[in-house]
Amino acid sequence: MADPATLKEIGTELRPAPPGHEHGSLTAWIQDLIFTVDHKKLGFLYLGAGWMFFVLGGILALGIRTQIAVPNNHFMDAEAFNQAFTMHGTTMIFFFAMLMVFGLANYIVPLQIGARDMAFPRLNAFSFWATFFGGIFLFLSYIFGPGLYGMGAAPDASWFALAPLTSRAFSPGNNIDFWSLGLLVSGVGSITGGVNVMVTIFCYRTRGMTLYRMPLFTWLVLVTMFLVVMFMPPLSAAQIMLVLERFFGAKFFEAQAGGSPVLWQHFFWIFGHPEVYILVLPAFGVISEVVPVFSRKPIFGYPMMVAATVMIGFISAGVWAHHMFTIGMDSFSVTFFAFATFVIAIPTGIKIFNWLGTMFGGKIRFEIPMLFAIAFLFQFLIAGLTGIMLGCAPFDWQLNDSYFVIAHFHYVIVGGIVFGVFSGFYYWYPKATGRMLNKRLGLWNFWIFTIGFHLTFDPQHFLGILGMPRRIYTYQEGRGWEFFNMISTIGAFVQAVGAILFIVNMIYSARKGQVAGDDPWDAWTLEWMTSSPPPEYNFEQLPEVRSRRPLWDLKHPEDPDWKFE
Amino acid sequence: MRALIPRCWLLRERSVGKSCRTSIVLNHLYTRYSLATRGSGRGWLLVGFTVATFVGFLSSAPVAQAQDSTIRAVQNIFNPLSAPAETLYSVSILVMVVCAVIFLIVGGLLTYAIIRYRRRGPEDDHEEPPQVYGSAAIELAWTVPPILIVVMLVLVTARTIGEIEHHQMPAAAEEIRIIGHRFWWEVRYPKHDVVTANEIHVPLSSRTNRVPTEMVLESADVIHGFWVPQLNGKTMLVPNYRNTMWIEPYATGIYLGNCTVLCGQQHANMLIRVIVDTPDVYQKWLETQKAKPVSDPQTEEGRKQFVASSCGTCHTIQGTPGANGVFAPDLTHFASRATLGSGVAPNDEQNLRSWLKDPQTLKPGCLMPDMQLSDNQVNAILAYLRTLK
Repeated sequence: MADPATLKEIGTELRPAPPGHEHGSLTAWIQDLIFTVDHKKLGFLYLGAGWMFFVLGGILALGIRTQIAVPNNHFMDAEAFNQAFTMHGTTMIFFFAMLMVFGLANYIVPLQIGARDMAFPRLNAFSFWATFFGGIFLFLSYIFGPGLYGMGAAPDASWFALAPLTSRAFSPGNNIDFWSLGLLVSGVGSITGGVNVMVTIFCYRTRGMTLYRMPLFTWLVLVTMFLVVMFMPPLSAAQIMLVLERFFGAKFFEAQAGGSPVLWQHFFWIFGHPEVYILVLPAFGVISEVVPVFSRKPIFGYPMMVAATVMIGFISAGVWAHHMFTIGMDSFSVTFFAFATFVIAIPTGIKIFNWLGTMFGGKIRFEIPMLFAIAFLFQFLIAGLTGIMLGCAPFDWQLNDSYFVIAHFHYVIVGGIVFGVFSGFYYWYPKATGRMLNKRLGLWNFWIFTIGFHLTFDPQHFLGILGMPRRIYTYQEGRGWEFFNMISTIGAFVQAVGAILFIVNMIYSARKGQVAGDDPWDAWTLEWMTSSPPPEYNFEQLPEVRSRRPLWDLKHPEDPDWKFE
Repeated sequence: MRALIPRCWLLRERSVGKSCRTSIVLNHLYTRYSLATRGSGRGWLLVGFTVATFVGFLSSAPVAQAQDSTIRAVQNIFNPLSAPAETLYSVSILVMVVCAVIFLIVGGLLTYAIIRYRRRGPEDDHEEPPQVYGSAAIELAWTVPPILIVVMLVLVTARTIGEIEHHQMPAAAEEIRIIGHRFWWEVRYPKHDVVTANEIHVPLSSRTNRVPTEMVLESADVIHGFWVPQLNGKTMLVPNYRNTMWIEPYATGIYLGNCTVLCGQQHANMLIRVIVDTPDVYQKWLETQKAKPVSDPQTEEGRKQFVASSCGTCHTIQGTPGANGVFAPDLTHFASRATLGSGVAPNDEQNLRSWLKDPQTLKPGCLMPDMQLSDNQVNAILAYLRTLK
């Protein structure tokens, strides 16, 4: 093994200092961020851009909730409302959650597997910038969307852009093109990013780290990236078809010309359902790291956890049409997709039981990451159970496209993914910055956000049960929706306060936080072996691994894991 | 599953309108049990219910003369008033109970773990808890119950899907065609040669006179969704496809519903009104709809203006030459409808005037343009339209 000094030289050589580089100057810092190919800096860029889009999407969400807080409201008109929820959905899925997935994967995976960088650092930079500019392009539609026709501005056909509403006849102007092209570009970024992470995990693991000894976060990211590489292309293909239809007269989805609007839905949901798992599996990964560390026990049933993840990955490919139960499928198909949907509950149940088994017999430390993880477990449990209700096709005929669905998938995406991301941030922030996130602010952040979350989304279940369809910008009095909508809107603002506290905490603690040290949580995976923040070359010496918990082995030489695995 | 049904009866009894509650509940008990008891030797139940139903029917018979104007605005899916919605409701309750039990067990275990295995102060940090890596036996044990639950749910789901999708319609079933347009509903009664819009009249079904309504759902432009929760689940109206759905309401009244698939700007105001009438009232309504409106010399000017202002390009009024458009709602019996613009406002003089002056004020984004009518034209057309009973 080369000595650290040589490695440092190799590290700096990879990134030549830009001309006129002066340490600490703002321009140099920005220049460095733009030209960097370092996985940690790109991770920061992904996460920073993700939070920026989160704020934009959040503002849109507050607008949506304000408009429907009371019946017959005139805060926004119909067109602005349609744009707001389309942009909110698109932003939160493709430019917040996806960026969180790639940001965490970029930052954590090479550290966890003991690699010095990603397999293809330049491709990594390309992936980020493609994704980022895709998002910027989408938001530019607010300025340039009217195009030559003076119609519409931002995309307004909902985040799944149902054909034939997206055809020229019903969506003149260029707003839909901003949607399809922006997502196409960012989709290319996601696919290349997925390949990169996969190759990194397969080829760049340190000595001794077999697939069977990989940390669970890395395992879950690996399955996620398989899903990205398999299921982003159908969306990109469908978007290319949409572009061909809108610009070159192709007739794939246009009913009047013999196309099939159902085809679009199939394409979209073949991507759309695995997408849910693309987003949630990394959150599962975070929870699978946080729960053992704060329960002071190894993960219960590691092989089952891995098997369940792979199973989820496979089954998620065969359930897409449960989003289309109301489209008039024959009863055999409906039954099949209901069956497949129920089956996915089995591996998901196994995962929840295994987290539970990890906590049993432990000594649970209620640090902030663990609080978010516990809230995640409860909320994801509820999300899973409402998912079973929706998977039961006859029940879905009532609930589909109602606010119950909104409540369900926000339980998955906010209650699951965002809580997982929060947990991961509180957990890894000390590693990435060298400072702890402030605990008091963290507690405020946790409680306010959790209360806001429940105030916002719990009532929406009842709205769905009372027959409120999604995507309506107004409703008349007397439908029984006033009370729950008002509570939900109040909750949205409470949630916004919670999210602001988080961002304040991130900024405040970067300068004022308590110095963390290399291993503040007494954790066991490789990223805690190097300094905080890690040097550019990650590890002075590439570590050798003999078990799933290399740091446990170092800390407990009398009782190492490798004796039992 | 059967054990859950009595709760549905209770719920239903509380919520059904007063008019013919007893007979409705009893009728339904009868249908439920005549299915449930097929070949199971519980014939006495049938007899009991028949008698009770008869009594109930007698007590409610006089009410069935005028249209029931109860507006059922709160469309709770757990308060079904139609046969398919009832089936969906019972399976929903089953699934919810299963989910609630799972939630209580797993949530309870989680809570227990959090409380029981919490760190109890700094002395806990000296020693790590026993390091347990897993247990094949335990893991197998907790994989089996979910599998069994899944099998059970799949069977129940499959059965319910079959029950609803392969339901045999009796010969007397009413048949209507609903065509979704941006942003209104075209309603056709092929058996009776009646065309109307937005307000869908269907007959009440009862044990003595089962009249379910089969609805053929089509779309003229983009995808729409038809949903009146108390009558049935939702079905999409997809251009180039013919979807069907049936309802069998057993309570009269006006049911409100919405379009559920985003179809453009006025998606929110593409409202549905289903008016369930007793067969007598329904027949009467059909008769009036079949009749051509009588032309009133008093409003002849309005009729001329209607055609001259190009209204007839999009709207049809039977018996008025030049008014035969199919792009917009049929106005032949416009004045007999209670609402304007697919439920956006009550059909009164003030709203109609506002609509004629500029439809974009009441329903911004609807496809009817501002026709730039003068006040005189508006008055004339308004007077004419209001005679189209």
